[in-house]
Order: sequence, then structure tokens, then C-alpha cells
Amino acid sequence: MTAAPTVVTVGTSLLADAIDDQAVSARRVDWQPPVPGTADDLATVAADPLRAAANARAVDAYLGVTAQLVDVLPASEALGLRPGDFLHAGPPITWERASGPMRGALMGAAAFEGIVADAEEAPAFFESGAGYTLDPCHHHHAVGPMAGIISPSMWVFVLEDASTGARTYCSLNEGLGKVLRYGAYSEDVLARLRWMSSVLGPVLQRAVRAAGPVDITALLAQMLQMGDEAHNRNRAGTLMLLRDLVPAMIRSGSRAGDVADAVAFVGGNDHFFLNLAMPACKLALDAARDIEGSTMVVAMARNGTDFGIQVSGTGDQWFTGPAQVADGLYLGSYGPDDANPDIGDSAITETAGIGGFAMATAPAIVRLVGGSVPDALATTRRMGEIALAENPRWTIPVLEFAGTPTGIDVARVCRTGILPQINTGMAGRVAGTGQVGAGLVTPPAEIFPAALAALAERARRRAR
Amino acid sequence: MTDHVSLRSGAYADSVTLLQVSKQVAATPGVREAQVAMATPLNLETLAVMGFDVPADASPNDMVVALRLESASLDDAMAAVDAALAAASAPRASGDTSVAPPRTTASALRDAPAGTIVMVSVPGPSAFVEAMDAVEAGHDVMVFSDNVPLEQEVALKEAAAARDVLVMGPDCGTAVVGGVGLGFANVVRPGPIGIVAASGTGTQQVLALLDQVGVGVSAALGVGGRDLSAAVGGRSTRTALARLDADPQTTHVVLVSKPPAAEIADGITAYAASLSVPVELALLSPDTDLTGRTEALLASLDLPAAPWRRWGEPEEAGGPGALRGLFVGGTLCDEAMLIASATLGEIRSNIPLAGGDALDAAAVLAGDLGDAHAMIDFGDDALTVGRAHPMIDPSLRLAALARTAADPATAVVLLDVVLGHGAEPDPAAALAPAIADARAVAVAEHGRTLPVVVTLVGTAADPQDLERQAAALVSAGAYVFSSNAEATRHAVALTAVPAPVPTAGELR
Repeated sequence: MTAAPTVVTVGTSLLADAIDDQAVSARRVDWQPPVPGTADDLATVAADPLRAAANARAVDAYLGVTAQLVDVLPASEALGLRPGDFLHAGPPITWERASGPMRGALMGAAAFEGIVADAEEAPAFFESGAGYTLDPCHHHHAVGPMAGIISPSMWVFVLEDASTGARTYCSLNEGLGKVLRYGAYSEDVLARLRWMSSVLGPVLQRAVRAAGPVDITALLAQMLQMGDEAHNRNRAGTLMLLRDLVPAMIRSGSRAGDVADAVAFVGGNDHFFLNLAMPACKLALDAARDIEGSTMVVAMARNGTDFGIQVSGTGDQWFTGPAQVADGLYLGSYGPDDANPDIGDSAITETAGIGGFAMATAPAIVRLVGGSVPDALATTRRMGEIALAENPRWTIPVLEFAGTPTGIDVARVCRTGILPQINTGMAGRVAGTGQVGAGLVTPPAEIFPAALAALAERARRRAR
Repeated sequence: MTDHVSLRSGAYADSVTLLQVSKQVAATPGVREAQVAMATPLNLETLAVMGFDVPADASPNDMVVALRLESASLDDAMAAVDAALAAASAPRASGDTSVAPPRTTASALRDAPAGTIVMVSVPGPSAFVEAMDAVEAGHDVMVFSDNVPLEQEVALKEAAAARDVLVMGPDCGTAVVGGVGLGFANVVRPGPIGIVAASGTGTQQVLALLDQVGVGVSAALGVGGRDLSAAVGGRSTRTALARLDADPQTTHVVLVSKPPAAEIADGITAYAASLSVPVELALLSPDTDLTGRTEALLASLDLPAAPWRRWGEPEEAGGPGALRGLFVGGTLCDEAMLIASATLGEIRSNIPLAGGDALDAAAVLAGDLGDAHAMIDFGDDALTVGRAHPMIDPSLRLAALARTAADPATAVVLLDVVLGHGAEPDPAAALAPAIADARAVAVAEHGRTLPVVVTLVGTAADPQDLERQAAALVSAGAYVFSSNAEATRHAVALTAVPAPVPTAGELR
């Protein structure tokens, strides 16, 4: 009671000045009014007696997951998909509302599955509305980058949490440029998919089964110390995966030529590990789902038309708004008019506190939007303002090994107006184009107040 | 239109840098398209799609420069490539521009040492959210903000009680913790007296009187004006009393408040009696004022209560007419009404005594009070929505002073001036001329002297310089008291005295 205290001030600077005048340093909060219209809901959620413990539980559940790669399987086997079943990225969507790259990827997948003889016949098939199902990956414990199409014949990584046995799934990464996930469906795209199912998948399956589980959570921890943020840069992770699997690939009885092709393919694709980072993030975030009172975001996903989030305390409800076009750099002669709005489940990495949230650890890609290294450090620190905690396993050396910002808090987004920053690739607007660039994007601002309102409504109902 | 493709063996930049370089070169006038990239198969394919002739001998370790020129010369375009590559590899200005201040209280409290205190003064509708951050992180919090809904105060204090955290406020103007004044706080010396107060300016009155006789304080813990209401139930008062009971520096405690709600009065009184430290109750009532309770406290310490200081000379002037009090301190206003009403009967106010009808903000600002006695608290919530407290922004009260002087019903004006950290740096600078003007107007328009009585609450070490403030007020014609109770009694006495005709000297 008699020792001079440290003082944190929030509000009138004059009162902070009065403390400084007494030779006590006031740590000042740069307070700004909350997002308009949210003050009442913020107070209701802040007063929710469940919230603090629910968020602590959600964070603990998230941090308690160790994601291990335990198998590689055809989606038909892993996910029970049958001919005509298609999983896609983002919140639910119909063919009618689907964007160019989503349609292009569906067309390619229909041709790949042999449902149509030629991809160009697929639009008529999908317009008919019969003979197929469209469902979000997220509704099946799965995630897919960009269009995120998973069809029965595609192979998927199987990740498992050792302690609970919970599983998540993700397709195998095709590389950059003209690829299905960016909406391309030409014959070379389909040929690559066929090779991935007939050669790459089985080679990886034998290797994973022989090598034993690969600790993806641990590889992510190492990647973050090696310049990967695990969304737009996965180079170190990809090479570490090869390090862990190549001996088993060679010994596993696969043809030497197939092993060489697989190693060259994986090694030549800096993004191969993205499709392991994503389901690892999904597995951890799924553990934080369905905790009444928790304001933690457990999914951010885009289908090329809508951007949606799901929140722990509001179950499976999606809060959606129009997907935005990324701000970034374009390949070749492409420009902003060629880019489709934001697409893909890969924002699961940001939801888990890496990707754009870990920009500080990936200075090699800060110039993606003409940024600087200080911008990258500032971005990670800014994301810390909307996060509930830090991840003690995933640390960033240049920030004195601070943990990555963990658990986006809907309330803090509304309080600060700071939106999550997502590093993303850009697909061409026209079906069949492929990738046109890469950059940074944020969610539509209105979905966070909408989620907050739903949380506040549940709190009010419980209090009655 | 001419195409140009060349290879630079051994040159390397990462793909993101090269994307940026390509973008810059493409923006050069006369350049239609530009692609500078490492010659990987993918990039060569991209070039082929763009229609460039790709050299057959390119390897992934070469940098390929492909330009499609409209009007620019090849030399100019290549110069642009070189400039963009050089710029991309140039070091950036150093200095860490990446550290921004925290945006929420929760963020500011990450890694904060135990014992850190939070002071919240954001607008009322947002105060609860920031204060909850402090409570959940286990830190004591002072909520200076007013206009905080009652149910939020209750929720905040329930959460705090569960974590043994002290919530001072809402609408807590003053606290002293560890020798540091928070909000509006006077500079006091350390000492044995602990104060628990539901009233900011009440605390300041006690602090100032104690300082005058050389007695210091260990802490002054505000609890907010509604803490002793039935709804809030004295939660913060109990926590604050317990803190002081446990503090070895504190030998005596004073509890400053309006009388508690009847439902909780017994409980609080019993709780205070159960503590090992003696608790002096200073609960304002018609029979109890802060000066008297401070004197009783000093008596229990075997210390003499000095005759409280006054500055200036009394005037043999005043009524008959109305007493008009214009206050910045809510408790000082309350105390003055309790004292004055015993003699004068009903006092109109925006914070009336029990049973009175409140003047609304519009009536206060219009200033049409008939011939009634009136006392206005300019620090009340209704008069601070969207504006600073009158101890910071005196403009409303200064305007009211001018109106009051022009009102023929006004016989005596009673004012308060509160010094200390957080308050105006020189309140007399604006108030003294306004007092002089008011007195001149009374003479000019109504032909009589207008006595102005001032309570000056401050300590010798306050940054505004107590003596200088007193001198400025006296030279404007005010009679200045350090005790609000004494000032009020003097003003009441003047109200009943017939006004003499002013002398020539006073017409100046």
C-alpha cells in the first residue's frame, strides 16, 4: 500500500499527464472508441460470467493438441466421400453463387472423377442441380486451400491428435501456377492430379506408415524459427518433411523412379507443407469449439464469394460477409481486374496465430505488398492486440521469442477495430485461369459485430 | 512494340522482391509489360504464355529479364530494372517503428508487475469493458469515468470480490495509493491516516485539512458515490477497509460518505467495528460535516485542530436575498446544502437533498431560479456528458457566475476551488477576474455589494500554489476559507444580513 505503484491509464491523457507529473510513469493505452454499435454488446459479453473461464478453456484446449501426420488416404476412404460428393473451401455455397475459380475447380474435379467426359461439360451438370453434393470441407473436419475441392479420388493427409484421437484432413498440394485449387482445369492440371492419386499418394502413404507419425506441430515450431510463417512461405517445412520421409520412401518398396518423381515434386513445390500446416491448425482449433461463452474464433474461411467465421461460443453458425480482393503483387501481366475475391480455407493458419499473424518471423516475404521488416514486426504485434494468449510452443526469435498471437477474440476485434491480417494467394477471376498473384487481405469488417451480437444474445438468454 | 529477353547468370533475388521489381519496371513510361524473375520452369512458362521467346539455355539459377516496350528505349527500361533491383536490396531506415502502444487495458497489463493499478477514464459506455480487463488480470482499478450503468457497476464489483480486487469507482474522482495521486488528488505527505471515501472532493477536503496541521495519509481509497447504495451494497467499501486494516502504516481510518442506504448501514458499521484499526465514520448529515469529523479524528490522535485557515476579510454585506452556490465538487455542494438548509430551508439543486425536486440540466443552464436559494454541482453526470469535468473545463460555471451576478435575487455567492493533480493548472486565472466582474455587475446593475465566499481545497505542495491562488481570489474581492463548512456558515450568515449601499471605492 505504501510502495509507489505502476499505473496503467486508459482514457483522458490529462489524467495520465498528472501521474507523469508525480515522477511515476503511466503506461498509456491508446484507446479508441469501439466499432460503432457494439458498445452494449461488448458490455454484455464482458459481463458474461462464463466468458473468462470459457476462453481460458478454449485456449488450453487449442494449446493441448499435438497434430501428427498418421496416414495418407484416398478421400473416399478417409472421408467417406462417394462419387458426386465434392467438398469445397469456405462457408456453404451453391454452384449459382460460386465464383470463377470455384467453378473452374469443380469443373476440373468433375472431369477428374470421370463424371463428365470433358470439363467444359461440367457447368451443365452442376446447373442441373442433380447427381452431386456440395459441402464445406469444414463440415467434415477437413480444410482445402483456395477452392479447396476434395473429391473421392483425391488423396488426403490424415492428422491425428495423439491424446484424443481426433482427426483432420487436407488434400495434397499441387504446386503453384495453373493448378486446380486456383480454378485451372486444363488437361495438364488433370494429368497432374491423376499422377498425384496414382503415384504420389501411395508413395507418401507407404512412407508415412513406415516412418511412423510425423509431429507436424513440432515441425511448425521449427519452421517459425526458420523464416516460414506457414501460409505464404512453407519452404523450410517442406524440406523438413522430406528430411523426415525420404529414407522411408526409399526403403518402403516404392519404385525408385516414383520415389525420385515424388521427391522432385515435393522439393520443387515450396508450398507443399501448407497442406499439412492447415489441418494441423484445424485440429488444434477444433479442440476449442463449442465452449459456451467463449469469444474465440475457431475458423476463418472463404469460398471466393463469402468470407465466413465460426466462433467457439456459437457452435456451427457461420457469420459471413462479402469476400474482399487482396492487395498485393501480380504475376506477369495480370492486374487487379483479373483477381477473384479472397478464397480458401488457408486462413485457418491465421486463425491459429501463424500466417499473417506470424509475419514478423518471415521477413523474406514482407515485400509482398511493398512492406518493410518493421511493418512485419508491427503486424505481429498488432495481431497480439486481438488475441487471447500467446502460443508458448510457436515462438518468434526476432520478437525475443514471443509466442505467436493465439485465439482471435471477437470482442477485442470489435473493441479495437483491428481486423485479422491474412496472407493469401490470388486466383484469377475467370474459371481456368489459375494463380494471378499474392498479397494481404482482411475479412469483411461487419462479420465480427455480427458474431459479437450472437454471443451477447446467448449471454442475455442465459442470464434470464 | 519490341520484346527483349535477357538472362543474368548468378544474379539472385527472392521471388517476392522480384515481383515488386517487375511491378515497378512495368510502371515505367513506355514499358508495356515487364517480368523480372528467376528462370524457374514455372516462370519460364509464364513468360511463354505472355508471348515472350524464352531462351533455351535458361537455368533456375539465372535471373531472366523480359521487357515488352512500347515507346521506351531498351537502355531506359534496363536502367529502370537496375534501379528497381538496387532499391529492393537497399537497407531500410533503421529504428524500431514497429512498437505501438497497447490498444486495450488487457494488452497493457500483459507482463505488468503485481500491484499495478489501472485508471479508467474512457467514456461511460466503454468504462466497464476496460475495467473488467483489470479485474480479470487481478489488478486494482480506479474508474474515474461517470455515466456507468448501475448494473455494470454491480457486475464489476461482483467480479472483483471474487478475485480480491479493489474497484475504486465508478465516478471516483480521487485516490492516493503508494503516495501517488490518481485522478484529482492533492499532494500529501505520508502518514498514519487511511481514508475510504465514496466522495472525491470530500476526500480532498479531509486531505487538505489534515495537511494543514501536518498530518499525512497512508492511502485514500475511493469507492464511488453509489457504493453504499442498497444496489451495490458497499462491496468496495468493505474491500478498501480490509486493505487498510491489513496495512501496518495505517493507524486510523476515516470513512467519508453520504449516509449509507438504510438496508446496509448496520452491516457496514458492524464491519468497520470488527476491524482492528479504529474507523472514524464521517457520514455527511445535517449534524455532521467533514470539518467537524476531521477535528474529532485529530482529537482522538491527541492533536489540536488549528483554527482553519482563511484568506481575506469578511464583508458586512449580503442579503436579504438568495444564497447561490456554484460548485465543482459534488460532496462540497452536498455538505453546503446540509448546513445551509438548517437555517435557510429548501435549497434548489440539480443534486437535491432527500425529498427535493431535482433541477434538470436545462434549468441549470438557463439559470432561472426565481428567488430561491440554490446550489449547483457542475460535476454531476448530467452536466459532464461529452465534456470534461468542471475542475478541468470551468466554462459552464464561469458562465453561470456571470448570470448569477446579474440576477437581482442573488444576495451571496458561494464557490469552491479544488487544487491538486489533474485539476486546472491555474484556476484563479479565470475565476478571479470573473469574481471581480460579478461584483462589479452587482454594483452597476443593482447598486449593491455582492459578497463572494470561496472554499479553497488544497495543500501547500499542490502544483497550483495554494497561497498564490488564495491571494488572487482575495484580490478579486472574495473571502476564502479552507473549510467548506465554515465557508458555508459564513455565507448563510451573510444571506440574512441587509445589504449596505456600496461605497465609492467599491464601485471601481
